[in-house]
Amino acid sequence: MDLSIITYAVPFLLVGAKTTLLIALFGVGLGLPFGILVATARTSQVATIRRCADFYCAVFRGTPMLVQIFVIYYGLAQIGFIRHNAILWWLIGDSLHAAVLAVILNTGAYTAEIFRTALLSLPRGLIEAAEACGMSPWVIFQRIKFPLALRQALPSYSTEVAVIVKESSLASTITVLEITGYAKRLMSETFAIMEIFVITAVFYLVINVACLTALNVIERRLSFEPRYAR
Amino acid sequence: MLNDIWVLMVEKGWTLALLRGAGVTILIGVLGVVIGLASAIPLAILRWRRLPVLSQLVDAYSIVIRGVPGLLVIYLLFFGSVDWVQKIASAFGYADSAENAYPFIVGIIAIAAISCAYSVEVIRGALQAVPVGLLEAARSLSLSPRLTFFRVTLPLALRLALGGINNVWQMTIKDTSLVSVVGMQELMRTAAVAAGITRSPLLFYCLAAAMFFAMTAVSQILFNRAEKYFNRGFSRR
Repeated sequence: MDLSIITYAVPFLLVGAKTTLLIALFGVGLGLPFGILVATARTSQVATIRRCADFYCAVFRGTPMLVQIFVIYYGLAQIGFIRHNAILWWLIGDSLHAAVLAVILNTGAYTAEIFRTALLSLPRGLIEAAEACGMSPWVIFQRIKFPLALRQALPSYSTEVAVIVKESSLASTITVLEITGYAKRLMSETFAIMEIFVITAVFYLVINVACLTALNVIERRLSFEPRYAR
Repeated sequence: MLNDIWVLMVEKGWTLALLRGAGVTILIGVLGVVIGLASAIPLAILRWRRLPVLSQLVDAYSIVIRGVPGLLVIYLLFFGSVDWVQKIASAFGYADSAENAYPFIVGIIAIAAISCAYSVEVIRGALQAVPVGLLEAARSLSLSPRLTFFRVTLPLALRLALGGINNVWQMTIKDTSLVSVVGMQELMRTAAVAAGITRSPLLFYCLAAAMFFAMTAVSQILFNRAEKYFNRGFSRR
């Protein structure tokens, strides 16, 4: 492999990595609470709320992320009301903002699915015991359901984080220059396709391994088993 | 508003174009999954048997493809092959037809390469989940290794792999939309062209979303049925 290509490509890809990390950070930071919210809505007693949340999840899990990002960035911009509303236009008028919004909505649906199964797997007796103690629904959620569900869901959620990092590459289709966007540009500039691919792959693998390690640490912190068992 | 939609969809013929695009999407998806699965089975067996160098190579392939965005794999295959495909084709005097068929062929290869990487993991997991006792029983009946594999291991593993294969298929049909960025005329590309010409992106992208949704929903129903069929006699206990 030609060394000059590495020194040429890496600075560009580092700039791109910043954008990728930014999108992924928002995807996790806002997508996780949003997904948990949707998951609680899906396990709600009220049929209307449950059905709305189910519908949202089915739609976002059943369509490609590329379509979602295009509907948000190109499609919604067509509606006059959104164009004239300052806040909404700030949200989707800029390609980076639209990409972040798409990632949050997309990961929210998958996260909701993960947390729904976690919430449903909780032992019924625990919640009944909490109710018998006179805890309010909010306290039950905060003290009983959420901590237990979080521990259940974390292993699957770490795969979802890796998916977020990969899905953020679709932002390059709406002109956001993140890692994949720069990689495409470098490929058509230098014609060193394989070299650029390998360097870019290393970037993604490093980010993914870092995320997975971080989540592994959290998982171990939250697990029940005493430390010496490991 | 409704009148406008009628003019666009029926009189200008965009419905037909979108349906044709959807057909191409399904074709790419099915071919991608079938080729991916067919090549994943031997690769998974290599991994399962832990053959020294080969199994590490398969592992590396699977980790890299699964760790990298699909878009990047597609760029690699398209930009990486465009040169020598042109050369080979013009050497044989097929330069024009290569230009037409090229995105389609490379698109299928790209989709197959991605789905293959995921299928390898699914099938290897299923092969490892086949109970050892059954294999020992087969050996005690002095079935040959070949016969054991085709009559005992593979059928049982495929039943176990069905859920994973469903996931790979759902992912692949959604990944086909990525091929549109390099010019393949499938559903997403057709919608993008229509959105550009008619200047109504909202309508066409939503229609594309609805069509993708219909595909995933219908295939989910079919897979549920298949799962019921293959698990007959297992779930009752």
